[in-house]
This record gives sequence, C-alpha cells and structure tokens, in this order.
Amino acid sequence: MLDCTPKEYKERNSGGVINPAKTCQPIGAMYAALGIHRCLPHSHGSQGCCSFHRMHLSRHFREPAMASTSSFTEGASVFGGGANLKTAIKNVFTIYKPDVMAVHTTCLTETIGDDIPSLIKAAEIPEGKVVIHANTPSYQGSHVTGFSNMTKGMVNYLAEATTPLKKEQVNLIPGFVNPGDMREIKRMARVMGVTSIMFPDTSGVLDSPMTGKFTMYPKGGATVAQIKDSGNSKLTLALGRFASSDAAELLSKKCQVPATVLKTPIGIKATDALLMALRRAFSQEVPYELEEERGQLVDIMTDTHFHFHGKQVGIFGDPDIVTGMTEFVLSLGMKPVHILTGTPGGAVGSGLGSFEEDIKAMLEPAGVTANVKAGGDLFTFHQWIKNEPVDLIIGNTYGKFIARAEDIPLVRVGFPILDRSVHSYLPIVGYRGAMRLIEKISGALLDRADRDAADEDFELVM
Amino acid sequence: MAVTEKELQEILEQYPSKVQKNRKKHILIKDGVEDAQVIEANTRTIPGIITNRGCAYAGCKGVVLGPLKDMVHITHGPIGCGFYTWGARRNKAKSDDPTQNFMNYCVSTDMQESDIVFGGEKKLAKVIDEVVAIFHPHAITVSATCPVGLIGDDIAAVAKAAESRHGLPVLAFSCEGYKGVSQSAGHHIANNILMDRVIGASSAETAPGKYPINILGEYNIGGDSWEVERVLKEIGYTIVSVMTGDGSYEELKNAHTAELNLVQCHRSINYIAEMLETKYGTPWLKVNFIGIQGMIESLRNMATYFGDEELIAKTEEVIAREVARIEPLIEPYRKICQGKTAFCFVGGSRGHHYQGLFAEIGIETVLAGYEFAHRDDYEGRQVIPTIKTDADSKNIPELHVSPDERRFRLKVSPEKMEELKQKIPLSYYAGMNVTMKDGSIIVDDLNHFETEEFIKLLKPDIFASGIKDKYVIQKMGIPAKQLHSYDYSGPYAGFNGAVNFARDVSMGFASPTWNFIVPPWKDEPLLTGTVNEEGVA
Repeated sequence: MLDCTPKEYKERNSGGVINPAKTCQPIGAMYAALGIHRCLPHSHGSQGCCSFHRMHLSRHFREPAMASTSSFTEGASVFGGGANLKTAIKNVFTIYKPDVMAVHTTCLTETIGDDIPSLIKAAEIPEGKVVIHANTPSYQGSHVTGFSNMTKGMVNYLAEATTPLKKEQVNLIPGFVNPGDMREIKRMARVMGVTSIMFPDTSGVLDSPMTGKFTMYPKGGATVAQIKDSGNSKLTLALGRFASSDAAELLSKKCQVPATVLKTPIGIKATDALLMALRRAFSQEVPYELEEERGQLVDIMTDTHFHFHGKQVGIFGDPDIVTGMTEFVLSLGMKPVHILTGTPGGAVGSGLGSFEEDIKAMLEPAGVTANVKAGGDLFTFHQWIKNEPVDLIIGNTYGKFIARAEDIPLVRVGFPILDRSVHSYLPIVGYRGAMRLIEKISGALLDRADRDAADEDFELVM
Repeated sequence: MAVTEKELQEILEQYPSKVQKNRKKHILIKDGVEDAQVIEANTRTIPGIITNRGCAYAGCKGVVLGPLKDMVHITHGPIGCGFYTWGARRNKAKSDDPTQNFMNYCVSTDMQESDIVFGGEKKLAKVIDEVVAIFHPHAITVSATCPVGLIGDDIAAVAKAAESRHGLPVLAFSCEGYKGVSQSAGHHIANNILMDRVIGASSAETAPGKYPINILGEYNIGGDSWEVERVLKEIGYTIVSVMTGDGSYEELKNAHTAELNLVQCHRSINYIAEMLETKYGTPWLKVNFIGIQGMIESLRNMATYFGDEELIAKTEEVIAREVARIEPLIEPYRKICQGKTAFCFVGGSRGHHYQGLFAEIGIETVLAGYEFAHRDDYEGRQVIPTIKTDADSKNIPELHVSPDERRFRLKVSPEKMEELKQKIPLSYYAGMNVTMKDGSIIVDDLNHFETEEFIKLLKPDIFASGIKDKYVIQKMGIPAKQLHSYDYSGPYAGFNGAVNFARDVSMGFASPTWNFIVPPWKDEPLLTGTVNEEGVA
C-alpha cells in the first residue's frame, strides 16, 4: 500500500499536491445550501462539478444530495453563461419548485467572470421565491472556504435588522460539521434555555428518516424567515473560525449583531467555552443536565486516562475540526505530533488568523513539539509518520491508506467518511460528542492491544 | 405494464414548453412494429434539469486513463477534479512491482488564483519534474480541467518539453470539463491520444502466445476483468492488453499484436477498436461478458472467429463445467427474484448489458437508458452515417489513422470476414433498443423529475443506477442497486459475477429492513373501544 512513497522527506516546492487533504469550494457551498429549508443548491458551471459534489455528499451521508447545474457547453464557456443560468432558474422553479435557489460558482464561471448578481436580477423569479448566490472559486482555499462563502451569502441576501431592540436569541453558525453535531449544538442551547437560530442547519435534511416516500425538500433546514430574523439576534456565535467567522462578521456589519468566534466545540474545553459564552450573554445558569454530562465526561476521562495517556497521534482534516481535535487529545494527555490541514492557513494577522499559530499556541503549554502544517497534503503527512511513527491516526477516510501502509489504527473523524456508516447521525461535539470520541479512540487503541498481545498477555479486564 | 403515449404525454406536459419539446425526442416507447425508431442522444444537457451526467474530464481521466496503473496521472486544475476521481471508481489493479502502481495516488497541480491570472504552465512543468523525481514512472498523463482551456495554458507544449527533459512519455489530454456534452467527449479525447502515442509503441511484432486478444472497454470494476480473464485464459487465449482495467502503459504498447479485439463497452472504446482495424487490420468483436448467456455467446463467438477445432472444444468444455457449477448456486436467488421488474439506467453501456442478466434471474427490464450514449448505442451502428455532429460536439478532434505500412495485416481473408459477419457481431454493435420488449421505455439522459414520474407510473421492484439516485430510490422503499460501483461488491461479470449479482439483488429484496418502514402506531388507532351516539365511550 502506497509503496511509492519514500521515507526520505524532501521539501516539495512545485505547489502541486499529492493526495490532498482538502477539496474544492463548491461542495462546501452545496452542503451549506442544503442547510436552508426548501432550498435547491445550484452549481453554475459545467455539470461535472455538480455531479462530483452530489456524489461525494451522498457517499458521506448515505442520503440524497439534490442540486441542479447550469451545464455549460464550450460555447457558454467562451461567451458567458447568462443564458444557461436564466434557463436553469426558469426550469428549476417550474419543475422542482424550491422556495430558494442558492447559486454557487466553479473555477469555470469564476475564470470567465460571469456576473452572478446581474444575471440573477435579469432572471424570471416567481413571486415569493428567492435566489441567493455566493462566489466560490475552486482555486482559492478549500471546501471549508466554500461553506463559509455560502453562509456569508445567506447573511448577504437574507439577514435583516428589523426590530428596534435585539431579541433574546443567539445565532449559531455551526461550521462544516455533520447534522448530528448540529442537533447536539441546538440541544445544548435549548437545555441552556436560550432561543437559537442555527444556519446553515442540515439536520433533518442530510439525516432524514426513511418513511417510504422521497421528499425532495425534507423537514430540516433553517427557514428563510429564521435567517432573516438572524439580523435581530443579540449575539452570533461562530463555531469554527474558518467555516463560520466571515458570515458572523458580515452579520455584525450588516445588522449590528455582535459576533464571538469560538472553536468548534469538540472536547471539554471548547464545549465549556460555548456554554460560558451562552451563560454570559443570556445570564442563564448552566442547568444540571449539562453539568451532569460534563461530570460524566470528566469521570470517563479519569477512569480511562491510562488507555491513551502519552500516546502519539497524527491528526489531519479540516482546520476547525483539527484544531478542536488537537485541543481535546491534549486534554486527554495524548501527544499530537503530526497535525495537518489541506486548507490554506491564512496569514498571521488576517481575518482568518493562522492555523499553524493556533495549534502551536495549544502545544506549547503542553510541552509537545509537533509537525504542524496548513495547506499540506497526505503525502507529506505519510512521510512524517514514516519518520516518526504514531500510535493512532485521526482523520477522514482517505487516512485509511496510510493506516494500512503503516499498520496504525485510524479513528474516522471529519469529512468525508466514505467507508463507515452512522457517523453523521451522532455528534462529536459537546460533552456527549467527547464521550463518543473517547469511546472511538480507546476502542481503536484497545482493539489493537488485544490484536497484538501474546496469548499469556491477553487481558480480560482492561 | 406497457406505457401509453398518453401517459408519457401527461408527464411531459408538466415541463415548460421548450423543455417538453426537447425531452420528447429523448424518450421512446419501444414499438417493434415501427422499424428503426429514432432517439435523440448526445445532445446538450438542459440547464437546471438535474441530470446525472458528468463531464469530459471524468470521461477521460476518471474512466479511461485512471485505471492505467503504472502511469502517474496529473490533473492540471484546482483540487476538486483530482480529488473526486481519487479512488472513487472501483477499477481494481495489482502489480508485481508495487513501486510502479500509482492507483492510490492523486496528483494535482492544485491551481491557485495566481495560476489563473499568470498561467499555470510553469507550475505544471515543475509538478511533472517533481513527479519524475519522486516516482520514476514509466509514463505520465496530464489532464486538463475547465479553467485550463480558458486561460490558454498550452499543456501539449509543456508535456513535450518535459518529455525531452526526462526522456519518458508525457501525454497531454485536453479534456476540459465543458467539452462536448458529457463524459463521452472525454472517452473520445482519451482514445485519440492512447492510439496515437501508446498503442503500437513497443517493438514487439508478435504476441507471446496463441489466440492473442485485447479486451477493450473493460475497466475491471470490482474485479470484473479478472473474472473474465480467468475463463479466457483457461480456454487458452493470450490476453495482450486490457483497456484499461488493471491495465498498464507497458501492456498497452503491445496492443497491435493481437489477432482480435473484444469490445465490452462500445461507447467508451469504439474509437480505438475502429482505429486498430484500420491501422493494423485487426477486427473487433462486440462481446458482453455480463450474464450467463452473454458470457456463453461471447465465448462461442470468439471461438467461431478463430475457427480452431481444439479451441471450440475447449470453449464448450469450460462453458459446460462453469454452467454446471454456478446453476445450482443461482437457483435459490431466482426464486426470490422471479417475476419482478427493473429500471436500468447507467452510463453508456451497462444500461443494455445488464438486461440479460436481470432476465436470467427472472427480472424484466421495463425502462432502460443511458446518461451519455450516442444513437448507435441505442439504435445500432448502422445509423452512424446518419448521425449529425452538432455544434456542442464538433470541437472534439477526430483522429484519422491509415494502414500501418509495416504492420498492417488482414487477420482473416475478406471472404472469411464476410462469412463471419453473418454469424457473429464483427465490427458491429446492434444497440440496446433491439433487445427491449415492446411497450418498455427507453430514456436518454434521464433526469430526477422523470425518475420520480416513471417510478410512479411503472412501480419497478428494483432500480439499477448510480450513487446520486440510490438514496432517492431507497427512500421510496424501493431497492436500489448501483451498477457503476456495484455497491462495493463484485465482480458482476462472467460466471462468478452472475452469482454475485444474483446474490446481491436478492439481498436487496429479502432484507427485513423494508418491513419496518411503517411504524406500528400508524396502523393502529390510539384509542380503542366503541364510541356511542353521544360520542362518549
């Protein structure tokens, strides 16, 4: 497996990628758009992109992922895709009857410079229907950037400040996480007694139930009315800087809703921070139900610390998830020694901050030294592991090749997970999600210990 | 079961008028009385219709090139295109030299904004250099993506310069996603360059064994090709190359030495099949290794072509033994499947090829179609002279080859060829339509709306298509069978494949899961008891 990857590590400087740890913007935008109730995502480009993105979402969620496309031909690529988009808008509203069409772009339409807002203005849009858009050039950032851009598009087109006083409600921008995570974040807010508006919200859309009927627009998703009303909220919590902070910032500018950027609430510290932010802003005590969960989590961490303490771990994936995972494994006493995201990191001081700086700031107090890289690829990650082996890899399905090649257990976290089921229904966020992560991590390590043990060392109780 | 014109019209009337007019030409109700029903195919996709189609890059890099295991395939573009064609299509490959098997790698130039603005040629050259330094491959391919053509990167020039720099073939494919109207354009683009640059590139003049053949248009999904090769080798054939499942640059170079080319997927590889005949005089035979009868007939046709008594006898011996072995294995599955109906909508070949296998386990195909096939795949190759290339496809280059002065050799005499053509489909494919029953539906570029409408109308027991449809269909309580990825199972080709397929389809019907869809409380009123006239129990 991966026999062509040499151990000898040489800095590559071509700018090319071998085995990416990211994909391109539009799939993130499509995912975000599916988090609007009765919305059909639309890919303005040639149809290959749209099919690829739908396929990958369907493989990850094992759910339908509906979207339409402008289906560019060579002619449109040269002369502009205005007619294609106009035709698409007419056809989509007539045939598929969504309430909202959320248009995103591809490298094709960005390169030719189609002016989407003007095209939308010129299109026939039925009464009461909405078309929103986001520019999502595939040659910038990654799928996380695409998610961020479409979320920003929602604010841009829909959010309105209409009340003189801000309402006692919080906007939750959950970031590029699974429907199971979105459900858990909403539940925590509910248990805290805080009214929330979550957008995008794919729960109920990409984890919809089997009823014997196909519903093109399932029950879930943030409604247009809710996204509009987000302009009247007292606070926006942007969970995950890369996926959520841009939209929160725009909402603060456009509707004067203050924004707080938090880590994706993975693990105990980040979940504490989320609850503390809600507690402070809404003067709500943290109820016993959540305190009990937290105490259970600490109890589990204490009971099992010897399963994972001091173990070396390699983590890769999307920046917000990797940041959260790194913080959590540090709180478990593990040593994250290779940490990589494919998403470019943002320069220090930019709006996005720096992935590498964030990670280093967490590692330093823990006394852990590690390879840390933003904009890296799995070829590099694998070479790191060849030179400094780890006990565990945490990442998406693409990590399974390295896991097999180096005989290291893999815990599947992030996007996409194409070879296991159920993962998208259950959370990794919150105290409950942290428990699930511990179960997965110690399960993987103990299964391995069982497999490797000599008969006389094979333990009944561990 | 047959659909009436009126019912079809009712579906179409829900479309805007322009769409209605267009889609009408892509849908046929099979009528055997009317000879030569014409379908419109290989035309542009209607924007917003929710097509299942992909692009030319997918057809070129994803389908044809990707399976060639000893070449490094570089995607010149932003990251998505390379990422989505990384391991997602199950073209299996193994290699005696694992350091020359690049199947699990995805190499991309990962174009950034600056590459769009200033051009990506320099970066591409550097990536090629890096690939050579790290991997030392036998050959490299470079596939273009949408923005490459627009910004004017000359990938052919970059590839040529890299060839002389490194002394190894670097093949450039201008398969930008917007070319043509579907994956089909990509097949054509890939065929041209493989024919021009790879096939015949070795010095070999003869094949290393008896009855040398190439298998064309077989991508070894889930090990299909290996199962077919198992049987062919046992009969005594020498397999020179497979295009391109588990294929390699090294094997493909020798493809000119075969005596016969077998064509499984007509759509994707018929260009090479034709060009091999023109250039080297090697005829091609349309085969179908899917289904027991398809397999038997293909083996017999091959034996007829070679006409060797020993080969014919061995063919019959292997057929008899294999059939005797698998029949009892399939029988229990037939009991489960008997009398059911299927939709079969797959890319450009399986929509036809699986109908026989479905029939063998007792399932009738009531609707079939292709995403991107051409009229000849529906109606048969005899219509090719009447097909007009429209504006959207006319920019796909045609490669014209002529007989190779040194190597051209008629494999059989013209008289013998004519005689054989009466018996077996030599250099001919009859298309899908001819095998379908009267009243069944043939749909080109089936979209989501029509999928739902036809399901309502025909209520099939199983729907065979792809991943984008699968969960839509299952939500309706109908088993869905992926016939691109085989739902991660396989092989489905050959004798063992037929058993696997029957098992998997039966599993789809027999799974207890379908019994749980309706919760028990939906079948029983909350309050039981009698209600009297006053409404009080």
